Amino acid sequence: MEMKEVYLDNSATTKVAKEAVDAMVHALTVAFGNPSSLHRKGMEAEKIVNKAREKLALFLGVKAREIYFTSGGTESNNLAIKGAAYARRRYGKHLITTSIEHPSVLEVFKQLEEEGFSVTYLDVDEKGHINLEELKQAIKPDTVVVSIMYVNNEVGSIQPIQDAAKIISQNKNTLFHVDAVQAFGKISLIPNLSGVHLLSLSAHKIYGPKGVGALFVREGTKITPLFNGGGQEEGLRSGTENVPGIAGFSAAAELVFKNFGAWQAKMRELKERLKTGILSEIPDTVLNGPDDGAPHILNISFLGTKAEVLLHALESHGIYVSTGSACSSHKNARSHVLAAMGKTAEEIEGAIRFSLSPFLSIEDIDYTVEILKKEVNELRKYVRR
Amino acid sequence: MKRVYMDHAGTTPVRREVLEAMLPYFTERFGNASTIYSYGREAKSAIEEAREKVAHLIGADPREVFFTAGGTESDNWAIRGIAHANKEKGKHIITSSIEHHAVLHTCEDLEKEGFKVTYLPVDKYGLVKVEDVINAITDETILVTIMHANNEIGTIEPIAEIGKALKKLDRKIYFHTDAVQTVGKIPVNVDELGVDLLSISAHKIYGPKGVGALYIRKGTKIKPFMTGGAQENKRRAGTENVPGIVGFGKAAELAEKELMEQYEKLSYLRDKLIKGIMERIPHVILNGHPTQRLPHNVNVCFKYIEGESLLLNLDMKGICASSGSACTSGSLEPSHVLLAIGLPHEIAHGSLRLTLGRDNTEEDVDYVLEVLPGIVEKLRSMSPLFPSKGGN
Repeated sequence: MEMKEVYLDNSATTKVAKEAVDAMVHALTVAFGNPSSLHRKGMEAEKIVNKAREKLALFLGVKAREIYFTSGGTESNNLAIKGAAYARRRYGKHLITTSIEHPSVLEVFKQLEEEGFSVTYLDVDEKGHINLEELKQAIKPDTVVVSIMYVNNEVGSIQPIQDAAKIISQNKNTLFHVDAVQAFGKISLIPNLSGVHLLSLSAHKIYGPKGVGALFVREGTKITPLFNGGGQEEGLRSGTENVPGIAGFSAAAELVFKNFGAWQAKMRELKERLKTGILSEIPDTVLNGPDDGAPHILNISFLGTKAEVLLHALESHGIYVSTGSACSSHKNARSHVLAAMGKTAEEIEGAIRFSLSPFLSIEDIDYTVEILKKEVNELRKYVRR
Repeated sequence: MKRVYMDHAGTTPVRREVLEAMLPYFTERFGNASTIYSYGREAKSAIEEAREKVAHLIGADPREVFFTAGGTESDNWAIRGIAHANKEKGKHIITSSIEHHAVLHTCEDLEKEGFKVTYLPVDKYGLVKVEDVINAITDETILVTIMHANNEIGTIEPIAEIGKALKKLDRKIYFHTDAVQTVGKIPVNVDELGVDLLSISAHKIYGPKGVGALYIRKGTKIKPFMTGGAQENKRRAGTENVPGIVGFGKAAELAEKELMEQYEKLSYLRDKLIKGIMERIPHVILNGHPTQRLPHNVNVCFKYIEGESLLLNLDMKGICASSGSACTSGSLEPSHVLLAIGLPHEIAHGSLRLTLGRDNTEEDVDYVLEVLPGIVEKLRSMSPLFPSKGGN
């Protein structure tokens, strides 16, 4: 008998939707041209890229020419932050971000610090939210970039982007970047991205392919490119366009936005059931992050267990979860997000992230709670408390 | 209408075997390679298998191959990464005047940061002279970057000779080559070439767009370019493009297997095409080296003709071709490569690049030879520059 599989790691990556695969296969084999070529194969490919750009712009409520394709969320974050900091260097060398950003943001700031920029890292409260008053205090006349993630990838906290944008807009030299990799397609973003200058997206978190993402750059915002070359993407991102990836990204986005309300409601329901199931049926469990938060991310500590051991125990039952961000899984590091939220060592050690998709069923959730109950109980027998 | 695609240096279609290798990694094996459960391990081992195949194709150790988003990123990473990691030793870079824009524009950008760059001239065939490279070296030189073969005119540069000459020096100067056009077309071996860094792109060898690799010899001091997660041995952050990488690996494996067979087939078709054009059409110049040339590259200039109208006319006959590099096709400037080999502007404007691929047949070549003379004649008859009958 085939084992039941419950994939609860959709924040790490998602299965590519059939619609996206079909769009990609077409671009890989039929419309395979280089969009820069002048012949029909080139124009066919260029049309795919332009259509995709229009679609993404439509979903974000922005202009098509404000969308630039990249190789993924990490590149978008690198391009946005380095590009903005370098372009604005003459106005100042102070930058602001939060202590719970994704590594592709934090590492970029670390590099900029080495290059002579100074960085303020905003604290978060025990639920993973920044304090707007602290943001207001942190902004100085020489602050050139503020980068705040929309939805935290580990605990699902949603930052007050709209209010932050209002505060930041009072300083005309400051560009506002938002890492929306975990927010896009999962929650409603602020209308027209008002007050945001730069916003990062990734395809593979929304049932699109890996290796493609996008950066929104508000018209009139000048940033320095990361790469040079053939001048594609208006010179901001050289390199032959990943036409199949872009086609897959747009097909996936279209699917998500067609089903936005229904999928969001479904994930909320599943998340609520999983949360209530765990917290009420398994003793010594602690919710990490807000009570509501993003509909697809739930982080819970199972006190007296080691998350990695629990992860593998769940895996043996076909349940796939993570101990934090996939990107830092290999570093053996403790979650910087949970640490910033003031979690205890025991809470951090036993923290599991469940990330949902609308393709899961109530039965999947109930099965997960059942297995968790059994495995957590089992593991705790061997751990001295 | 007959369709003939002869722009394989621009991009290639993904071959069936490559697509089939990629497909499972979109759906049933979709895991993030950084996760520690089975889906992640499966993705990780698929990446490592692809890394071995790509490494094998260029005679490298798999640990020296790092996946990127494509040739442009590889070139940028190599040049910026070396420049920034070694600037205490010096700030001088040597390159050639016929590099791809991914190299040239990166060097120009570094000049703005205070680096000095020497752009070596080439001869009328597009060849860089080994002694020019050596003579350009100063105490400040940290990097030499010369392409393995030119993407427009197909000339193969004396990379192994340059590599040897650089090794004889009493201090280390890093050597990078953009091998985007040669890998899978002619034998490429990093040790024989004597390079420390080498850029590759998947979509030029029937693999997918959006994926490439940079070979970095063990011990090379280079700064990471994309920062974030700990992927690619902490050297290139970002969730790995697993299907793309798997496709690249398959394409590399097939390219290696079929290299000699394709080399023979393509050079036969190339020679037939060149000979046919030269015989049938007057006032034609072959660009690039007559023999030291990529097996799939034909580049000619038709005097008194504007390259763009030639392309449109060919397209109407179902023939996809290019006037030079795809990346600059949109611009009105003549090719920097053709100017560097000494062609005047008006002749450089009449360039046509036909690049052959594995699907091209002898009939395709015959078809091009059948329609091309008529198009050239028609365009010339409309050209005010063309000397009327009796002229030369």
